[in-house]
This record gives sequence, structure tokens and C-alpha cells, in this order.
Amino acid sequence: MDLSAINPVLLVASIMISATPILLAAIGEMVVEKSGVLNLGVEGMMITGAVIGFIVAINTGAPLLGFATAAIAGAVLSLAFGVLTQIFLSNQVATGLGLTLVGLGLSSLLGKPYEGQKTVTLPKLDIPILSDLPAVGRMFFSHDIMVYISLGIVVAVWAFLKHTRAGLILRAVGESHESAHALGYKVIRVRMLAIMFGGACAGLGGAYLSLVRVPQWTEGMTAGAGWIALAIVVFASWRAGRVLVGAYLFGGITVLQLNLQAAGLTWGVQYLSMSPYLITILVLVLISSNRSRGSHNAPANLGQTFHATR
Amino acid sequence: MIRLEKRPQPSKAWTVATPILAVILTMIFGGIMFGLIGTSPVEAIRTIFWDPLFHPQFSGFSRPQLLVKAGPLILIAIGLSIGFRAGIWNIGAEGQYIMGAICGAGAGLALYPMESALILPLMVVAGALGGWAWAMIPALLKVKFGTNEILVSLMLVYVAENILASVSSGLLRNPEGMGFPGSRNLSQWSSSQNLELIPNTGMHLGVLAAFIAVILAYVLLTRHIQGYNIRLTGEAPRAAKFSGVSPARTILFCLGLAGALAGMAGLFEVTGPAGQISIDFGSGYGFTAIIVAFLGRLHPVGILLAGLLMALTYIGGELAQLMLGVPGASIQLFQGMLLFFLLGVDVLTNYRVRFGAAEVA
Repeated sequence: MDLSAINPVLLVASIMISATPILLAAIGEMVVEKSGVLNLGVEGMMITGAVIGFIVAINTGAPLLGFATAAIAGAVLSLAFGVLTQIFLSNQVATGLGLTLVGLGLSSLLGKPYEGQKTVTLPKLDIPILSDLPAVGRMFFSHDIMVYISLGIVVAVWAFLKHTRAGLILRAVGESHESAHALGYKVIRVRMLAIMFGGACAGLGGAYLSLVRVPQWTEGMTAGAGWIALAIVVFASWRAGRVLVGAYLFGGITVLQLNLQAAGLTWGVQYLSMSPYLITILVLVLISSNRSRGSHNAPANLGQTFHATR
Repeated sequence: MIRLEKRPQPSKAWTVATPILAVILTMIFGGIMFGLIGTSPVEAIRTIFWDPLFHPQFSGFSRPQLLVKAGPLILIAIGLSIGFRAGIWNIGAEGQYIMGAICGAGAGLALYPMESALILPLMVVAGALGGWAWAMIPALLKVKFGTNEILVSLMLVYVAENILASVSSGLLRNPEGMGFPGSRNLSQWSSSQNLELIPNTGMHLGVLAAFIAVILAYVLLTRHIQGYNIRLTGEAPRAAKFSGVSPARTILFCLGLAGALAGMAGLFEVTGPAGQISIDFGSGYGFTAIIVAFLGRLHPVGILLAGLLMALTYIGGELAQLMLGVPGASIQLFQGMLLFFLLGVDVLTNYRVRFGAAEVA
């Protein structure tokens, strides 16, 4: 094994690339959970976004259009979840699982003809002056636009939840839907909007996988990224800043693991491949066992069905 | 205006009618989907639901397959349903299924080429223990640290898949297999083979175990205090706590049972229909069983019927792939739609639909 083959500058740059899909999905899911809804269908929405984004990009030659369509596709799919859980009052856990199954089936059906094809990917955006800095420039300031958009979304979500009236209403709906309803807020409408925002973010994250990170379409390519995004929301104890930390941490583990394999680590490739999942479990245990910042930060009405009786 | 009014008790009639309504809706919308991808809807639906059982040419082969596919689905879904009733969401049955197969096959292969009637029973126990142990990880973490069992059990599926890839090209690889990945063929070793009990029915030991599980689950849920406690925990967790039901014990029991049953299903599969441990052994039964559990209304008899129906869509799907050239993924979508429609129409069980404005209370 030759560890010197791992270039630290490229390593940091590729961590940012590999973290972006889970960051997008996780920040969207965090907003959904803040409104009191547990959508376990992130994986399904991501992979649908991945396939739709890829198809649109390959047919139009415009990756940004692919991203936009992927966001819409994710939102539309999440709308199905929203209608079932909010209007038909179905169980959120079961419906979320169903969404994942539907998304996986739909994506492999739509993506079959596109397997193995190449698409145009997003151009690298060299930020003037900053990208010319030695090392740091390549690490942070020479990425495609989606990396910056994802960071922008995190800041926007933080500001929205903390400093706006609408954000306060969304949090109120998540903490106590009965009280929010009594105050005259439209619980179902707020939750529907949050669910669709989560769907759009998951769609963007999926499209980032198929259009930038890989960039190719293969069946089942998300390989659990949506579930890791869900775990990151718990890891972050429902805070935007910590979602960012969590996503980059997991991106780091994934990249490091791939780099170690590429550097010629011969024993137990499978054991390295399972490491991101094992570390997710480990982190979940550490977070849950820490009473001061663990699951106590969860929105009080997370996963509960709301039915207005009066 | 349409309003929903909560029923004091879930409707008995709708409990039975909603799965049937969901199947009909899935057939209609599935037909539209097949129409959109350029297959005749009527022909597609007939190929999936009718031809496997009654087609003069294919039914001879596909009818026994019905039990072969339904066996593991029912066995896993029974275990899952008991947890779901208590509000314990084990969605990592696929991992427990794989680990059961690996442990059971490993226990058997350690004794190869000994011949004894005790080897298969030993393997069944080892398989059940393997699945049980794998399910104990999320159970113990939940009890000790309050970790979310949904995420942990699911992460462990990916871990189990990697272990499967590792052992099938390493520890359990057939030494006479000329370097190809995959274990010895267990269905060809007389001590470990799990043959059809009645020829040409597909009825093997795993299917028998599934039927026994259905009966035992029914007795557990309707006649036994543990079953009552489980239902109480799911429907009124606070009441359960006050009446002295230990949440920790319920979690350990439900996850352990689901794991053991999934592990057994894996073992019966590896000694029978699959024949060997190989990289592609995991077949998604663990995930489909979630649909089966819900489609069967978490009721043992319902699960039995739902398992048979789901097996039919598997076989019919393969037939449709072969005869009509529909993509395999469309069947997966079809199954997902079934779950969606079921969850959607389920509202009729618990709520009454009222037309007109709300009455003044």
C-alpha cells in the first residue's frame, strides 16, 4: 500500500463532491422533520431525481435543466407521500418505506435505456482570485455551482428557521400541531410545503450523484445515501449547521475508504466498503446516548398523524 | 364538502375490503402503466395474475414456484408483523435473512462431508441464531441507548451484503469450485438438502415452517399474554407501561423473533431453491416481506394470503418479462404501487367519509 498516492488537496476537494448529495438530501429532510413529518422515502426520491435529472440532461445537453427537473420530480413524488400521510392519514413509516420501493422501481424502469451512457456534467466554476490561492483554491474554490448552491441552501434553511416568522410557524407545527391549529395555522398546508421542499432537495441530491459525482446512471446507484441522510438529521439533532458537519464527515469517510482501496489496500475490500454504514451506527449510538443533545431535540410531534377534530 | 370522521372502532368490513380494493386499484393503474410502456394492459395483467396458475403450458412449472416464493415471504413477514404491531420498525429483515443463511450454511459446511440426519436440524438452529443475533444489534442498541432501530437495522443490511460478498469469495468458497466465488452446493449434499416434501408442489421445509409460524403467530396474538402485551404496546404505549409491560423486553422479543424467522427463511432458501451461498444470494425478500406484512393487515391469516399473492406477482412478473418483454423493474413498481394504494384506502378502515358541512357540536 502506498499512502503517498493520496493527495490531500484532491482528497478535500473530492470530500466536498461526495458530501454534496447527502448534504442536499439531509437538509431537505431536516426541514420536513422540523414540521413534524418523518419521511423515510428519501432514498426513493433521491434515486428518482437521479434518473430524471440524467435523462433530461442527456436529452437536452443542459445539466442545470436536469437539476431543475430532478427537483420537480422529487417534489412531485414527495407530494404522493404528502397526500397519503396528510390527507389520507396513513402511517408515515409505512408510507415512507413504500415511497422508497416505488422510487427504486420507477427509476430502474425509466433508466433502463440510459444505462452506461455518458452525459455532459457541470463545468468547474473557478472563483476569481480565490481559486488561484495555492492548495486552498483547489480545495474549496474550484467546484461546480451545485456545491455552492447546496451550501447556500444550508445557510438559507438556518436563517429561515431561526429568523423568520414563517420558520417559527413551521417549527410550531412540528412541536405541537394541536396548538398551531388552535392558533389558526394551516397545519396540513405547512407540512405539505415542507414535504415538497424535502422532496425537491432529495431530487437535487440524487441528480448530483448521476450528473456530477459518478457521472452515469446505474440501477440502485444511491446505495443507501438517502438512509445515511436520514441518519445525519438525527446526528445533527435537527440543526442546520450540524447537518453540514455531519454530511462532510460522512463524505470524508466514503472518500477516504475509496482512496484507501485505490492506494492498493488489498485485504478486506468488503470491510472497507461497509465502514460508512458501521460508522453511521456508531455515531447514532453516541448521539442517542448523550442525553443533553440527543433525541430530546427531536420535534415533539415527529411522525404523528394530525387530524383536525374541530 | 367531504370530511373524515374518526370511527370509534376500526371497521371490520373495511379491514377485509381494503386489501381487495387496493389490489383492484393496482391492477387498474398498473394496467395504465403497462399501456404507457407499450404493452397491452389486459394481456399484462392476465400474464401476471392468471397465466402462472392456469396457463396450459407454463402452469406446470410455475404453480410449484408459488409456494417456493411465498414460503420465505410469509416466514419473514410474520416475524415483522409482530414487531410492527408493537410499533417496532425492523426494516432490516434482508440483512437478518442473509446472516441466517451464512451462519446456517457455515455450520453445515464445517461438518462436510459427514453424513448425518442431525446436520440439517443443526443448520436450521444455526440459521435462526444467526438471524436472531443480527437483529439483537438494533434491539440492544435501542434498549441501551435509545438508538433508532429503523436506521440501525437498515444500515446492517448493507453490512450483511458486504459480509456475504466476503464469505462467498473467501471463507465459505467451494474449494473444488475452481476459484469461482460461491459455496458448495448444499442442495446436492444429502445431509443438508432441503427437498420438496411432496413432489411437484414446491412444498419444502421452509414452506412448512412458514405455515407453522402462521398458526403459532395467530395463537400468540389472540390467546397468549405476550401477544396481548405486544398489541397493547403498539396501541397504547402509556397504558402498557402502567400495566407493567416492560418496553425493553418487548423490543428484545419482537426484534429477536423477527430476526430468528428471517434467519430460518434464509437457511431454508440456501439449502433448497438457491442451493449455495453466492454474491447475489440476497434477493430482496426481506424488503418485499414488509409489503406482505402490511397487505396482510399485520394479521397471520392475512399475511398467508398476501404472501401467496405477492409470490404470484413475482412469478407472473417473470413470465411477463419472458413473454411480453416488460422490464423486470416494472414489477417492483407494481408491488410498490400495491402498498401505496393499500395505505391510501386504509383511511376507510379508521375513518368514515362524510359529505356536507360539519355539524355544530
